[in-house]
Amino acid sequence: MIQHLIVLPVVLPLVAGILLLYQRQGLAHYKRAVSVIATLLLLLVSIALVRQAASGEITYYALGDWQPPFGVVLVLDRLSALMVLLTSLLAVGAVVFACGGDDEKGSNFHGLFQWQLLGINGAFLTGDLFNLFVFFEVLLLASYALLLHGGGKARIQASVHYVVLNLAGSSLFLIAVGILYGATGTLNMADMGYKLASLPAEREGLVTAGALMLLVVFGLKAAILPLYFWLPRAYAAAPAPVAALFAIMTKVGIYAILRVYSLIFGEQAGGLVALEQPWVWWLALATLAAAGVGVMAARDLRLLVAYLVLISVGTLLAGVGMRSVEATSALLYYLIHTTLVTGGLFLLAEMIGLQRGKPGTRIVKGRPLVQGNALAITFFIGAIAVVGMPPLSGALGKAMVLVAAEGTQRVWLWPLLLLASLASLIALSRAGSTLFWRSHRGSPSGSSLSRYQWFGMLWLLSAAPLLVAFAGPVSSYTQATGEQLANPQLLIKTLLPDAGEMP
Amino acid sequence: MEMLYAITTGILTSCGLYLTLRGRTFPVVVGLTLLSYAVNLFLFSMGGLTTDGAALVNEGSQFADPLPQALVLTAIVIGFAMTAFVVILAMRARSEVGNDHVDGKKEDRE
Repeated sequence: MIQHLIVLPVVLPLVAGILLLYQRQGLAHYKRAVSVIATLLLLLVSIALVRQAASGEITYYALGDWQPPFGVVLVLDRLSALMVLLTSLLAVGAVVFACGGDDEKGSNFHGLFQWQLLGINGAFLTGDLFNLFVFFEVLLLASYALLLHGGGKARIQASVHYVVLNLAGSSLFLIAVGILYGATGTLNMADMGYKLASLPAEREGLVTAGALMLLVVFGLKAAILPLYFWLPRAYAAAPAPVAALFAIMTKVGIYAILRVYSLIFGEQAGGLVALEQPWVWWLALATLAAAGVGVMAARDLRLLVAYLVLISVGTLLAGVGMRSVEATSALLYYLIHTTLVTGGLFLLAEMIGLQRGKPGTRIVKGRPLVQGNALAITFFIGAIAVVGMPPLSGALGKAMVLVAAEGTQRVWLWPLLLLASLASLIALSRAGSTLFWRSHRGSPSGSSLSRYQWFGMLWLLSAAPLLVAFAGPVSSYTQATGEQLANPQLLIKTLLPDAGEMP
Repeated sequence: MEMLYAITTGILTSCGLYLTLRGRTFPVVVGLTLLSYAVNLFLFSMGGLTTDGAALVNEGSQFADPLPQALVLTAIVIGFAMTAFVVILAMRARSEVGNDHVDGKKEDRE
C-alpha cells in the first residue's frame, strides 16, 4: 500500500469525480458528502506524502512498472509533496465554501472540482514532460468548465479569452516538447537533464528555442507581464470557490518554471545552464510594477484581489529569477502564504458581495451589513496578511524574499516590491473604509451567511497566523527543498541509477 | 519529402496564426484548429522522417520512432475535445452577448 501512496493524489480525485457524475441534478447532500470526504482524504494522503518526502529521500512511482526513462513516472520529492499538500489545504477551504450554496448554481460542480484537483496534483507529481502537458490539459479543461459555472455574460466573456489563450498556449507547449524530444530523444525530465550534458553543439540552438518556448507557456500559466491580461478578468468573474482554487493555478506555472529549469537546465547543462534567468528576473520585476498600478486602479474588490494575485506572482518569479537556495526557500514560504491567503480573500470578497446585495463587490458606498463587524475584522486580518505587515505571515515571507536578494538585485527588487506593497496597502485600506465605514444610514442589508462559507474562508485565512507560529519548521522544510532543487543530480541518480557519474 | 512536409507545416501554422488573431470567434476557432493540425504534423516529424520503415521495432531492419506516434495520438484526442469545447463556448458567447466579436463589442468598421 505504502508504495502506491504517490499515485493516490491522482487516483483519488479521479474516482471521486466519477462517483460524482452519477446524476447531474439533485442529490446535493450525497455529492457534497462525497466531495468533502474525498478532499479530506486527499489532505491526509498529502500529509503522509510530506512526511515521506521530509526525510530527503526522493521516491518515484513507475506507472505500469515501466522503469524510467521509458515509462511515465510520478516523482515525489520535497517540492512536489509541498505543492500537493498546499493544493489539498486550499481545496478543503474551497469545497466547504462551495457547499454553502455555490455548487448548486450549475451542474456538476463537485465532479469538475475533483478533476481539477486531479490535473493540479498530476502536474505537481509528474516527472515526464509530455505527461506534464497532459495534466495541464486536464486541469485546464476542468477550469474552463468551472469558470463558466453558474453562467452569465461576464463569465462567458472572460472564458472566451481564457480558453483561446490557453489553447494557443497548449499548441506552443506541444511544439516546445516536440523540439526538445527531437533534440534530446527523451521526454523524461531527469533523463533530459542528463542527456543535455552530452548534447552536440549544433543542437544547442534548438534546445534553447524549445526551452524559451516552454517559458512562454509557463509564463502564460503563471501570468507573467506580457501574458497576464487574461487573469484579472477571469479571476474576477469566476465563482468564488473556483477563484479560490485558481489561486493555485498561477502557482502551477511557477512550479513548472522552477522544476523544469532547475532539473533540466541545472548545473550539468553546460552552456545552457540558467538560460531562463534574465527573462524571468526582468519580466517578474515588470509584472510587479504593472500589478502595483493595477491594484490601485481596481474599482471592484474581486478585481483588486486578482491584482494582489499578480503582485504575488511578480514576487515569486523574482525569487525564481534570483536562482539561489535562499531565494528558493524564501519564495516557497511566500508561496504557501500567498496561495492560502489570496484564496481566502476571494472567498471573503464573495461573502461581502453577497451580504451587500445590489452593490456587490464594487467599491462604492452601500447600506451597513448585518454581519459587518465580523466581516470587517476578517477583512482587516486578511488585508494585513496579504500586504505584508507584521505580525502575520506576509511580513515574514516578503522579508525573506527581500533578504535573499544579493548585490545589485536589491537595487531593483527592494523599491519595486516595497512600492507594490504600499500600493496594495493603499488600495486595501481605501476598499475597507469604503465598504465598512462609509455606509449610508438605514437598516442593515443582507441575511446571515452560511456556516460553510465562514468555515471555508476562516480555514484559509487562518494560514496567516499559523504560518507565523510554525515559521521555524516550515522555513527549515523550504530551505531543505531549495537545497534539494539546487542539486538535480540527486533526482537524476534516483531515477536513472545507470546514469553513473557525469562525463 | 522533408521539404514538402516542412512547407505544409509552415503554411498551416501561418494560416492558423493569422486566423487566431482575427476579431470574430469563428475565424479564431478555425485558426486554432489549423494551428493544432500544424502542431500534430510537427510533433509527428520530430522522431525523424523514415520511408519504408516498419511501424514498430522490427529486428535488423529500419523502423520508425514509435513515440511521436503515441504523442500525436494523445495530442489529437486532446485537441479534438478542446475544439468541441471552444465551438460550444463560441456559440454560447454569441447567444449571450448578442454578437460574435471576441471582446463582445460591435466593431464600427465591419
